Amino acid sequence: MGWIGETIDSIKSLQIRQVLTQAVSLGMIVTSALIIWKALMCITGSESPVVVVLSGSMEPGFKRGDILFLHMSKDPIRAGEIVVFNVDGREIPIVHRVIKVHERQDTGEVDVLTKGDNNYGDDRLLYAHGQLWLQRHHIMGRAVGFLPYVGWVTIIMTEKPIIKYILIGALGLLVITSKD
Amino acid sequence: MHSLGFRVNALLTLGVTVLALMCVMASLSDNLSVPSPSANVQVLNFNWFQKQSEGNEEVSLTFKISADLQSMFTWNTKQVFVFLAAEYETPKNSLNQVSLWDGIIPSKEHAKFSIHTTNKYRFVDQGSNLRGKEFNLTMHWHVMPKTGKMFADKIVMTGYRMPKEYR
Repeated sequence: MGWIGETIDSIKSLQIRQVLTQAVSLGMIVTSALIIWKALMCITGSESPVVVVLSGSMEPGFKRGDILFLHMSKDPIRAGEIVVFNVDGREIPIVHRVIKVHERQDTGEVDVLTKGDNNYGDDRLLYAHGQLWLQRHHIMGRAVGFLPYVGWVTIIMTEKPIIKYILIGALGLLVITSKD
Repeated sequence: MHSLGFRVNALLTLGVTVLALMCVMASLSDNLSVPSPSANVQVLNFNWFQKQSEGNEEVSLTFKISADLQSMFTWNTKQVFVFLAAEYETPKNSLNQVSLWDGIIPSKEHAKFSIHTTNKYRFVDQGSNLRGKEFNLTMHWHVMPKTGKMFADKIVMTGYRMPKEYR
């Protein structure tokens, strides 16, 4: 009971000034996270600089729950690169490898075909009906870096929202009750 | 000052920092090794070569790949993805890359190999430009690390030529 009692006491003994400083420090945490995210967007040129792998279609290279760092540059897309792309009519972007590239002589536009390393066939079945190739505008970025396991945090949080609320609640309580 | 919460917090912060630092160092250590891979591809036969009903040409070929990629493996290497692509230029396209075969090398012991195979993916041109066409075969590899930055490189082999007639 000691710890809980203390916590309740500390909530009771809150002063206006203290509440304000804590609100400010909480705000600092949130805004600095936002700043880091936006800065990453600027540096990598990709609208989502970090993605979590959700399926096993690239195993054993990338497993579910691994994190990929994306980079979007003006460099042309080439076979072998791992790209993240959106297909019309699908909400979740897909991370697969480029296996065919045809680049136009006059316009420089590209036709790209992708395939998951662990899939048997190419991705034409995943594309929109009748779509044979991906174009540049479908592609959100190419994977340049890799970090294992860390993405499980977000997978667990999206699939079991209760854990997210417990975590946020606990963190909030900690911030409110902590004293220097 | 020395409550349980603070101790747990300090421990977690230190743990995460040390882990992150180790990941960065493991990734940086990949730069220290200088790989010297070798690859050789022989086209043994053009099995058939025809025009599809849509007007695109398709070819099937048999080839032999010998490669030694053992030097690509460091202690931070999870696997090496290797593939062979045909690369050529046509009046319409400044670059065509068509993957013919690929494989995943899980460990250093498997990195020296020699295989005899037909193309795993269809070799279809955009149009019909392949008769008598000179093309390159390029061996590409992508090193997937246990953590950190991914690497890629290639060996270009030139001087291959398509048959002049359909067969």
